Amino acid sequence: MEPILFILFGAIAVGGAIMVVTRKHPMASALYLILTLFAVAALFVLRQAHFLAAIQVIVYAGAVVVLFIFVIMLINVPENKLPMERLTGLRLLGVVVAGLLILETAILARRFAMPAGPTADAGSVQAVGRALFTDYLLAFEITSVLLLAAVIGAIALAKRKI
Amino acid sequence: MMEPTAYLLLSGILFGIGVAGVVARKNALIILMSVEIMLNAVNVAFIAVGSHLGDPTGSIFAFMVMTVAAAEAAVGLAILIAIFRLKETIDITELSVLKW
Repeated sequence: MEPILFILFGAIAVGGAIMVVTRKHPMASALYLILTLFAVAALFVLRQAHFLAAIQVIVYAGAVVVLFIFVIMLINVPENKLPMERLTGLRLLGVVVAGLLILETAILARRFAMPAGPTADAGSVQAVGRALFTDYLLAFEITSVLLLAAVIGAIALAKRKI
Repeated sequence: MMEPTAYLLLSGILFGIGVAGVVARKNALIILMSVEIMLNAVNVAFIAVGSHLGDPTGSIFAFMVMTVAAAEAAVGLAILIAIFRLKETIDITELSVLKW
């Protein structure tokens, strides 16, 4: 069952990602980004990482993409003032190099082999919560400082006069 | 459960698409979205290997990556709004005041 669902959601994620980078209008890109993020959340569920799947939907699809859509609507660039984009010269070379990067990771992934672990519930809410508040407590607290810095930075940057 | 190889391959493909978006697009909003795709691709790899090893550390790392992604989106979009207010454009080829 897992291989079929993996292929299904993997194809949706890759297709959505390709649409994100190829659409002309950023609003279409944002909507395809939601599709990709939901497919990735489904892949997390396939790997029994239920906590991360929930966080993926809430934080990414619920907060980050909404922020993107909010900004797209706020600055509201008219259709004819969007940047003219043609794939020439260095940009084409960049896409080719990105393709080479995919090839490289494919070769590395094929050589990847590691022993299977003992438990299957490593991504459950219980396991993640216990790890987060014992072994990684300091990292968790520092994360909150990072978010505070981001909040202050965003407000300071978006203010009309600093 | 499947071997993580297929997931790592998918992660590489998503990351490559994100890289292509960052290097090939001019629209700053779409570049930020491509960065989000790249961060998500890394999360796929973390989760796949973490669940294969039966270790919650993979999930913790993915959690941290998501936090950084949220902070990055907030600050990046704030910068974008400030730039748009100043220059009336989101075309990154026109934003070259730091280039000489």
